[in-house]
Amino acid sequence: MGRTLAEKVYDAHVVRRAEGEPDLLYIDLHLVHEVTSPQAFDGLRMAGRQVRRPDLTIATEDHNVPTTDLLKPIADPVSRTQVETLRKNCSDFGIRLHPMGDDGQGIVHVIGPQLGLTQPGMTVVCGDSHTSTHGAFGALAFGIGTSEVEHVLATQTLPQIQPKTMAVTVNGGLPEGVTAKDLILAIIAKIGTGGGQGHIIEYRGEAIRSLSMEGRMTVCNMSIEAGARAGMIAPDETTFDYLKGRPNAPQGADWDKAVEYWTSLRTDDDVVFDTEVVIDAAELTPFVTWGTNPGQGLPLGETVPDPAAIDDPVKRQNAERALEYMGLTAGTPLRDIEVDTVFVGSCTNGRIEDLRAVAGVLEGRKVADGVRMLVVPGSMKVKQQAEQEGLDQVISASGAEWREAGCSMCLAMNPDKLTPGERSASTSNRNFEGRQGPGGRTHLVSPAVAAATAVTGRLAAPADL
Amino acid sequence: MEAFTTYTGRAVPLRRSNVDTDQIIPAVWLKQVSRTGFDKGLFSAWREDPGFVLNKPQYQGAGILVAGPDFGTGSSREHAVWALQQYGFRVVIAPRFGDIFRNNSTKMGLLPVILTGDQVEALQSAAEKDPALEITVDLDKREVRWGADTASFEIDDYTRWRLMEGLDDIGLTLRHGDAITAFEADRPAWLPATV
Repeated sequence: MGRTLAEKVYDAHVVRRAEGEPDLLYIDLHLVHEVTSPQAFDGLRMAGRQVRRPDLTIATEDHNVPTTDLLKPIADPVSRTQVETLRKNCSDFGIRLHPMGDDGQGIVHVIGPQLGLTQPGMTVVCGDSHTSTHGAFGALAFGIGTSEVEHVLATQTLPQIQPKTMAVTVNGGLPEGVTAKDLILAIIAKIGTGGGQGHIIEYRGEAIRSLSMEGRMTVCNMSIEAGARAGMIAPDETTFDYLKGRPNAPQGADWDKAVEYWTSLRTDDDVVFDTEVVIDAAELTPFVTWGTNPGQGLPLGETVPDPAAIDDPVKRQNAERALEYMGLTAGTPLRDIEVDTVFVGSCTNGRIEDLRAVAGVLEGRKVADGVRMLVVPGSMKVKQQAEQEGLDQVISASGAEWREAGCSMCLAMNPDKLTPGERSASTSNRNFEGRQGPGGRTHLVSPAVAAATAVTGRLAAPADL
Repeated sequence: MEAFTTYTGRAVPLRRSNVDTDQIIPAVWLKQVSRTGFDKGLFSAWREDPGFVLNKPQYQGAGILVAGPDFGTGSSREHAVWALQQYGFRVVIAPRFGDIFRNNSTKMGLLPVILTGDQVEALQSAAEKDPALEITVDLDKREVRWGADTASFEIDDYTRWRLMEGLDDIGLTLRHGDAITAFEADRPAWLPATV
């Protein structure tokens, strides 16, 4: 029987396999940031261990960094200590670091692809659940905890039990005005936050093939919100075109050899997946969340659901609690929900195409009175490119704030946060209670919906303008 | 890591599903660079409510948390495991766990036990009816026992052995250093390096 894409990549990285033990899997690229690494480096020091492959490791500062006044020291002393700790650790262990102010700095999942470090068929890990982003290239990429970060630093391997396989096939083309973000929110709503648990999802079908690399990254990024270990898309010409000429992409004869191998990375025709989900792209419309987990989403044209109509008692109780936290009443049209803040950015939607989509909607328009809009590029390179294209001018002229690169209000570890009760439309990935600041209320949306919402002050799609 | 064989103690019934790691330990607590002091951050937003189950005097000192499905979803932060352990939990029981949280737990010696939704419901009801109820979680026999009830659970042999021996994964892997070196010698030359 044939193998899936995920199985091919997995099998190619097994260092050791023994009956009754987890496989030992080799890791090609380890991404490091300031939040989940300090205790791992401490562990190495205590055990007198070195980093086995600093040349397969790269670090950046992203979660804590302020998005204003980059030249000043970080005001929060605890955040500052964490960033300074990363700098010392990278210096002590010989790891390349892109610190604040460096033009290579940015969100860890934006800079890997940007540099061409993320390539098809690789294994990529990071102490961050959104590592699944890199699966867009046909890499096997997954988030790990700090104990595993230490394990990879020390051994460049991880013990793994092979995940199950799941196919999410999206047939047909996406309708006009429907984006990768709408698609992944609809997928998560369909399979649930635990639907992918124990699986690697492979996204397939015409709608996936027609996505750009950035759209594919948006889709794979949120695989974890469906509970999946990772998400992957088979590499194709779109992938190769994106990679060619990037700083760390193969060159010359190596490029040809790499492409030959990458072309073999596709699921064989006779494969049966452990789980299969099929979605008809034609049915999709702009999608937003109403609750406090990413599976609680609906098409923008719907109304806030009535928990009493939900049969499953666990889901019903969850919905009741979500509506209470979100301050919403069942039956309210989603388009009537007013927001205070709009956040554009994050590893989900902080890349150049996202900013182009936002500027496209904001051009010639104004952010509604009383609405604060933050636009935070995913990396300094994205920021530079946006400025070369004049997107920053359009965004600033609309009344939105144009910021420096980082994770920012996606998880509110820096000064960008919601106040209690404040409501946002956010292009990020999690609408958990308090995620964007204690008591804050988050609606997950696409960049296009975010921009339209900023203009009207209530949840809206560009077609509503 | 501390070895785990059997734990007997009281349980806290947390009647919530989709308890993500942002709730277990909010992001503001992740700025610490040490491994200690996370007990204060455990469920810190929910603990502001005096009616929250962890604030009830009858559940103080309990070592087992019994929660609804999809416990530990979301962020990979191992701080969630550290917070639960430092607060005093040795076991979390739920019908389904987030993969990364479950993995992190087994690296640290916090035992994640999967029971069915009905078994979890029965255990929560028992702990609500009698907060002093003693519950035994037996990793050797793969059983949870309370009152006259017994529920079996599955856990793979290797993870069970590692937990019962309290073994450090890195030490185990370093015994295979030669296999890693041999694998590295065969990696394609085009693969990227960061330096």
